[in-house]
Formats: sequence, structure tokens, C-alpha cells
Amino acid sequence: MTATAPTRTKTMTMVAAINDALALALERDPAVHIFGEDVGVMGGVFRATDGLQARFGAERVFDTPLAEAGIIGMGIGMGLAGLKPVAEIQFAGFLYPALDQVLSHLGRYRHRTRSRYHVPMVVRAPYGGGVHTPEQHADSPEAILAHTPGVKVVIPSTPRDAKGLLLAAIEDPDPVFFFEAIKLYRSVKEEVPEEYYTTPLGKARVVTGGDDVTVIAYGGMVEVAARAAEAARAHGIGVEVLDLRTLVPLDTGTILESVAKTGRVVVVTEAPRTGGFHSEISATIAEEAIEHLQAPIVRVTGFDAPYPPFTSIEDVYRPNPVRVAKAIRQVMAY
Amino acid sequence: MSKPKTKTQPKPTPQAAGAAAYEGAQGEMFQLVTPEGTAPQPELLPDVPTRLKLYRLMRRARHFDERAWVLYRTGRMGVFPPYGGMEASQVGTAAALTHDDWLFPTYRDTGAALTYGLPIPQTIAYWRTSPHGWAMPQDLKVLPFYIPIATQYPQAVGAALAEKRKGTRNVAMAYIGDGGSSEGDFHEALNFAGALGAPCVFVLQNNGWAISVPTRTQTRATNLSLRAEGYGIPGVRVDGNDVLATYHVALEAVNRARNGEGPTLIETVTYRVKPHTVADDPSRYRTDADTAGWDAKDPVQRLRTHLLAEGHLTEEQDATVTREIEAEFEAALQVADAFPEPTPAEIVDHVFAEPTPQLVRQRAQIMAEEGA
Ligand SMILES: Cc1ncc(C[n+]2csc(CCOP(=O)(O)OP(=O)(O)O)c2C)c(N)n1
Repeated sequence: MTATAPTRTKTMTMVAAINDALALALERDPAVHIFGEDVGVMGGVFRATDGLQARFGAERVFDTPLAEAGIIGMGIGMGLAGLKPVAEIQFAGFLYPALDQVLSHLGRYRHRTRSRYHVPMVVRAPYGGGVHTPEQHADSPEAILAHTPGVKVVIPSTPRDAKGLLLAAIEDPDPVFFFEAIKLYRSVKEEVPEEYYTTPLGKARVVTGGDDVTVIAYGGMVEVAARAAEAARAHGIGVEVLDLRTLVPLDTGTILESVAKTGRVVVVTEAPRTGGFHSEISATIAEEAIEHLQAPIVRVTGFDAPYPPFTSIEDVYRPNPVRVAKAIRQVMAY
Repeated sequence: MSKPKTKTQPKPTPQAAGAAAYEGAQGEMFQLVTPEGTAPQPELLPDVPTRLKLYRLMRRARHFDERAWVLYRTGRMGVFPPYGGMEASQVGTAAALTHDDWLFPTYRDTGAALTYGLPIPQTIAYWRTSPHGWAMPQDLKVLPFYIPIATQYPQAVGAALAEKRKGTRNVAMAYIGDGGSSEGDFHEALNFAGALGAPCVFVLQNNGWAISVPTRTQTRATNLSLRAEGYGIPGVRVDGNDVLATYHVALEAVNRARNGEGPTLIETVTYRVKPHTVADDPSRYRTDADTAGWDAKDPVQRLRTHLLAEGHLTEEQDATVTREIEAEFEAALQVADAFPEPTPAEIVDHVFAEPTPQLVRQRAQIMAEEGA
């Protein structure tokens, strides 16, 4: 948050906060351009860009042809030439056709031109499960991006953060992937400042304080972790829940501080288990704070299978508070 | 059913009829039956049993689409992308395949898959998000409906090429939308197929919309069949609401592919009168007036009018078709209803031929936690 105290607030869902941030960015900086599939006339399949084309015109908010490589590649060119591209990929699971542009170029421009050129692009993409979407609509591909040098990865878990982080991402001179948990779009509401503010990238948020266990989560898993923490508290276990907010840059300071205090760690994501970002967090703690650990780190994750489109068993894949609570008991019992 | 009134002329050779069809590619749409049901070129019509077969297949596809809506509203079907109004585009093209060919359908192509032979119970199960619908029949070369757009196109080229290398005469038919034809995969596939002479038939259903984006926003091109020219392959533009026309050009394209003459792109000009999915609200991006004109071009009604006018179908026979199709669907629904619910452990099944040690552990974890 910026230094000045908020003057007025408004109750917003996450999707409303994102819409608000985009409107403020368009208002403030004429270089900002928003584009993607169905973002214009329709206002996005989740309504995140609702009303923006009507307000800011079809040159600044526009529908593209259906081609993700084209969307990212064009955005790169716009960014190189001085605009502020804010692209939407309709679902994170449809980012894959664009990965060549992301891996070969978006993440490398600054490095391969020794900062002569850079791409100040933001790519927004709804991700994750819990809402019974069709095949491939529930993927959590954040680890692929976090593993790509040169791109930042932001994943908010509250409306207030969504707005502040998105505005910070748009201000950022480098490419930022901004993943929005579909499950959270309309399920959470809170008071959000109406004015322009930024929430700095690279600073985790302590959701609840506690001395016994650190539970690390981000995006759609924060509320799952918080509910498990609440249940544990009823049993006298103090759980500190951390919301990472950004995977790149990663706030190792806050993580290590918490681990030094609790000595027990549970990491939660809904991505597949093998090679996920949860493993990076676990490895970082093992490298830098092993002397504080009183129990092995436990990861609560999805499985090494495609996210199931099978409605009746989908919820088994996605970590729930019961699974997180079990992991908390496990690290406590060690 | 009754005898044809018009004398059936000798069927044109595939090449000759093909030439007629391809001449239309410069903007004209190939059409055999007008919206009023008349057929100005009777010599090009398929024989009456074929016409009746196509009619029945369209009615069957329409019935599935209509029942799917009702089942969705009563919680007995998952999110479903309707294709009502596009039956001629899907049925006519898929009907040109034989059993050993390949079908690569998108999510919108349930009508094509049903025509090709995907059993109704399995199709219901697929849209119910049951693994029973994911298990493709062993005796049919049909892939599950493609959700990520355009990815199926290069794959169809590969399947077609494999058939060619194996020395068969089998072909691959792949579907895509006007929106999907903007993806790089579409263009790479057409180029590969042309360069490698793959026996592939590309069906591009131009239904006017990609969710909220009209074709005119999607592309500056106004005749998508001309895209074929850039890749050195034939492109045909056909009235996608005229099943006899779509069948005609598809058969031509399939025969060309079988005869080693390479791929064809068919643009079926049609309209998505229904919403994008059962959960979509089209009033956000188009008016009812946009859609209204297309009801008059309804493909099922058009063939019905034609068949009735020509005396090939009576109202009583039509009622029988209705009853039979309804009975077939209800019986299939019962079969689908009897499929057992998936067990939680099925989430980690079928990832590899031999599960990794990690997957074995994860399966055990699910069994322990879910007791299934
Ligand atoms: C790679 C990819 N990007 C985006 C989507 C989301 N999406 C689903 S359908 C659709 C529009 C497709 O339009 P079109 O290709 O014309 O086919 P139609 O739906 O009209 O049959 C979009 C953008 C997707 N499924 N896959």
C-alpha cells in the first residue's frame, strides 16, 4: 500500500477489484492496452474486463483473434515499442500454445539485449480448480512460469491484494504473469480502497500468526490453509499461515523468519506434485533453515495426473482443509 | 419409402463433381438444396436412400442436442457446447467417412462424432464428465472431443500420414471453428498436409462466432476456404446448412485423399444459433435479430421440406423417425445412467502404462483418505 491512508473503501469481489485496477491503470497511463480473447465486447468470460471497452475505446481494450502465441508475441512487440500491454489468456490451461513466445522471448529480452530492450507486459490468466470446469480449464501451470528466467509470477488471494498487486505488476518494468484463482473470483468479498495503490511484489503476507506450524500457500489454497489453521487452533495448535502473493520474486525472508519460529512446515498447492513450486519452497527451507526444522516438511498437493474433469471426484484432487489439517497433525506428531 | 420423382441421373465421377464443387471456392458457396427445399442440380443429388439416411442422422444429432439441454437444466449433464443448427455441417461431412478412417472432433462436434459411430451412452457419459465417456471405443478411430483449440489439426495430419505410410486408403477428418483457424497449429497443419501429401480432410465450420467474437473481428478474410490456396491445397466453400452439399463435397475430398491426391480444406458456412455453451449468455454480444435469419435456413427443416416435396418422405414416416430416435436415445440414457460413478483413485489411473512409484504412492494415499 502506498503511504497515504485510504480515503474511501468499497466492498468488492476479487473480479471487481481486478476490474477496478484495470480501469485505474487505463485511466492513469495512456500506454496501457488490454487485449485477448473476448475481453472487449463481452468483458471477458469472467467479466474481469467488463465495461472497459465501452469506457476506454476499442483501441485500448480489444478482442484479438483466437491465437495465444499471437497474443503474447504481439504483446512483446508492443512492449518493446513503448506500450504497456496487459494481455488476458482466457484460462491458464490455454497458455500452452504461447509458451514458445514466453520461454524463447518474453523472459529473455532484457538479458539478450543487455537491458537495451525490455518487455513491461502483464499476462493475466484465470487458473485452478474447485469450480467444475471442463477438461484443461483448471490447470495450475505457475511452476512452468516460475521456472522460466526473466518472468515474474504473482498470485493474489484476496480482492485487496488483487488490486494492489495488479497495479504493481502493471507498473513493473518486466514481464509479470498474474494468475487469478477462478474459485476466488466471486467467493470472497472485502473492503477495498477505491483509490490507486500498489502492493509491492515480493512481500509475503502473514494471514494468521502462530508459533507451532508454518503453513505456506498462495492463491486459491490460502483460504484452504486458513480453514485448516482455524481447525488446528481449536486443538491448541498455533498455525502461522503465509500467503506468498508472489512466487517470483519469492519472499524468503518472511518464510525463513516464520520457520525459525515454528520449526514445522506444511506447503500447500493444487498443482501436480512432482516438480511443483511447493518443492522449490521446501528445498529453499531445507537449504537455508534446516537447523530450525523439528520435522520433515510436508507437501499437500494435487497429484501427478492431469486435473480431473470428472465432476464427482474433482474435489479429491484439489487439497481441502481436511488434508491440510492432517499434514499439520503429521508435522506436530513427528 | 416412396420412389424418387426425379429420374436419378448417372452419378458424376468424383473428379467431375469435385471440379464443380471447387469452382465455387472463389466466394460462391456450393449448394445443392435451397432453403426452400428445391434442388436446381438434381443430377448432383445423392440417391434417395442416402438422402433419407442423412435426414435420419441429422434428426438423431438434433435430438441429442435438444435432450442435452434438458438434461443439463435438470443436473443430469455437465457443461455442454450445443451445435443445434449446425447439423448439416457436421453430419454431412462425418457421413462421408467409412469405419476405418479417423475423426478428430472439437467440443462442438458431438453431431459429427455421433454420425461417425460414437455410441450415444458413451457420448452422454463424456458430457457428464464420467470416465466412461473418456474411454474411446476400441473399434473406432475417434479421439475425445478436443478442448484446447486447433491442437487436433497437426495431429490429424500425423494420423493421415501414418495411414499413407502403412499403405492403407484410410483418411483423417479434423474439425475446427472459424476462431480456431486463427491459431498457428491450423496453418502449420495445412502446410504440412500439403507438403507431405497427407490424406487429410480439414473441415472448418464457419459458424460466425468464437464465443463473443464475430468472424469479422476474428479475421479480415471473408472467404476462409481461400486459405487453402496459400498452402497449395484445394479449398471448398459450401453451404453448411445444406447437408446434401456438405456430404457431396466431403465425399469428394475423402475420395481425393483416398486416391492419393492429398488434403482438402472445406469451409462450411453456417451459424451458431445457440449460445457458445449451455452456460453462456449470448445477449451480451449479439441480438436476437442476428440469429433470426438463420432459423429460416435450418438444415433439418430444409432437407425435410425437400424430401416431403419430392415425395420421398411422408408425415407418417417422419413421425416414425421421431419415435425411433426418441426411443433410441431413452434406451441409451438408461445405459448411461447405469454407468457406475468413478472412484476417487481413478484420478491417477491411465497416466502411464506402468504407474511410476510416485503414482503408486499417490493412489494408495487416495485409497486411504477416501476409503475407495
Ligand atoms: C487454445 C485455446 N484457447 C482458448 C480457448 C477458450 N475457448 C473455448 S471455445 C473458444 C472459441 C472458439 O471459437 P471457434 O473456433 O470459432 O469454434 P466454435 O466455438 O464457434 O465452434 C475459445 C476462445 C480454448 N478452448 N483453447
